Amino acid sequence: MNLKTLLLGTCSAALLCGFANAETLTIATVNNGDMIRMQGLTDDFTAKNPDIELNWVTLEENVLRERVTTDIATKGGQYDIMTIGTYEVPIWAKQGWLVALDNLGADYDADDLLPAIRSGLTGEDGKLYAAPFYGESSFVMYRKDLMEKAGLTMPDAPTWEFIADAARKMTDRTAGINGICLRGKAGWGENMAFLTATANAFGARWFDENWAPQFDQPEWKNTLDFYVKLMNDAGPQGASSNGFNENLALFQQGNCGMWIDATVAASFVSNPKESTVADKVGYALAPDTGLGKRGNWLWAWNLAIPAGTQKAEAAEKFIAWATSKDYTKLVAEKEGWANVPPGTRSSLYANADYEAAAPFAKMTLDSINAADPKNPAVKPVPYVGVQFVAIPEFQGLGTTVGQLFSAALAGQMSVDDALAQAQQVTTREMTRAGYIK
Amino acid sequence: MARAVSTRRTVVFTIAAWIIALILFFPILYTIITSFKSETEAIQGFGIVPSGTVESYAAVQAQSNYFKFFLNSVIISVGSTLLALLVAVPAAWSMAFSPTRRTKDILMWMLSTKMMPAVAVLVPIYLIFRDTGLLDSRVGLTVMLTLINLPIVIWMLYTYFREIPGEILEAARMDGASLWGEIVYVLTPMAVPGIASTMLLNIILAWNEAFWTIRLTTTNAAPLTAFIASFSSPQGLFWAKLSAASTLAIAPILIMGWFSQKQLVRGLTFGAVK
Repeated sequence: MNLKTLLLGTCSAALLCGFANAETLTIATVNNGDMIRMQGLTDDFTAKNPDIELNWVTLEENVLRERVTTDIATKGGQYDIMTIGTYEVPIWAKQGWLVALDNLGADYDADDLLPAIRSGLTGEDGKLYAAPFYGESSFVMYRKDLMEKAGLTMPDAPTWEFIADAARKMTDRTAGINGICLRGKAGWGENMAFLTATANAFGARWFDENWAPQFDQPEWKNTLDFYVKLMNDAGPQGASSNGFNENLALFQQGNCGMWIDATVAASFVSNPKESTVADKVGYALAPDTGLGKRGNWLWAWNLAIPAGTQKAEAAEKFIAWATSKDYTKLVAEKEGWANVPPGTRSSLYANADYEAAAPFAKMTLDSINAADPKNPAVKPVPYVGVQFVAIPEFQGLGTTVGQLFSAALAGQMSVDDALAQAQQVTTREMTRAGYIK
Repeated sequence: MARAVSTRRTVVFTIAAWIIALILFFPILYTIITSFKSETEAIQGFGIVPSGTVESYAAVQAQSNYFKFFLNSVIISVGSTLLALLVAVPAAWSMAFSPTRRTKDILMWMLSTKMMPAVAVLVPIYLIFRDTGLLDSRVGLTVMLTLINLPIVIWMLYTYFREIPGEILEAARMDGASLWGEIVYVLTPMAVPGIASTMLLNIILAWNEAFWTIRLTTTNAAPLTAFIASFSSPQGLFWAKLSAASTLAIAPILIMGWFSQKQLVRGLTFGAVK
């Protein structure tokens, strides 16, 4: 056996060992534009980490939630990284279901994460349990041309009174223009995200300090009355079936004067390839009623590591890559600054190139900074969360109450009946769950 | 006069049949039409004529490995069907030709398992799969779908076998046929239409099963149902892409159903009218 053969043999053996040691990470995610873009850019990560391979599982949001909950609760170990929302992180961290992200690397710069977003992902022990991939608040998107036609000027921080007045003036149903498009489709993440956040601005809250439901209070009556009347006067037909995507299509087709929804929608409505009104859109903060709270929510899609995984180290490496400043630069290089995942890092909003590519950037940042998940309502509350209540029971409760409010919008029941039933259902469930003694 | 009435009745029945067929086929037709629309056209609903774009198919192809999902669907649906037949043919034979006092009870009990909501046993099944290493495996899903569809397969075969006169089997026995020979060489050839239609129906059921196939797989064994589920988006328009993915997923089974519809109809109506 000569030296050449020996060297070749050693190299082959080393290579085989390398392949044998390659770790495969299984990542569960949702089908959002930013997530799909990330899947296309992972060559950068695998080139830097040749010993790690990536497998993607993309699922519908609710199926994903159910799948990862089953897997994590039974310690199935099917996923090494999961995409979860701001709602799940504090609940799952408290249950011990998530691995704390202690080793994101020296250059990760966790202090650069937006404080409001970071605080929602930090456990009671002060550790980060998920890293934000993109974040959002909610704000007003409006048609500048229609606003001008109505003889009005949108302030940067409007009141609900102004919004309602403008919506009625902008409405021209013969021309297919609805003054305002708002969510009406039932679901804790659909109409209840919007209505819970709006209720905060009207001084309402889900529960008092003793977890007593508050739907029988005048603040909720004012909220729901206002919403139903406004939508009847200035909303689109069949609004009780409209969620984010339906309103997005209506706005892009020029059928809405205003739309109050997630800040990430701004990149869709201002994209001339998708939107017929791309050059006519203005932005403003979510409206208030002068009580000190704006109806703007806070949400982020985050990457987290389930406690059952055997590959936590490799998973943390990937999370550090996907939520880093370098990843932002990579997206900007390959796809342009307008396609960078928004709402997670302060440095992005200090970047002039991003400011130029995304005219809604400042308003997005102001909206995110204005949200306060720990003190979401005018009155004190025992829970965390602006557009949700961070307790495990909220998914079911929110959807049930959402169905009642959606029925009130559709005219299938009165506002009073919807609120009375919401109070009854919530009281029953909270008593059953042990919150009310 | 009688002929005129008969012709009118035929016309009425034909029109009614076409209307019912169109109503039944409409969701599939609409899915196919939507797949050739742009996302904006798709969300605007019925009134919009499709622009004929194939951009959704291109996007679906770029985002997923269709063939991998397709292969898993074929292996799981065909595998579970063959496994189910292997168990169901002897079971149905014994119940059809050697019934006991408890046969009807057993049949009803088997059928009752289909009435149980699947989600009620999700966690125990998930734990069994986890402990036996069957999560995200084709073997695990094949066994699962076999068990799910077994009651229907046994019921269908039982119904067909009961239509076969027992005297023929007795004659075979008198001619010295063994039990195995009786089932394989006498019973099975006579029941081919029934077995074929049972097989086709079971393949269709297994192909379309979404609850377990999505929940017990991640990447390796995920079939076309998981492929479809990956195209729904909470933020962003997706109906056209979802329709394109659905069309690609149902196309093979639709083509198979089209070519085998005679067998399917004959098998399903076998014994229905005496």
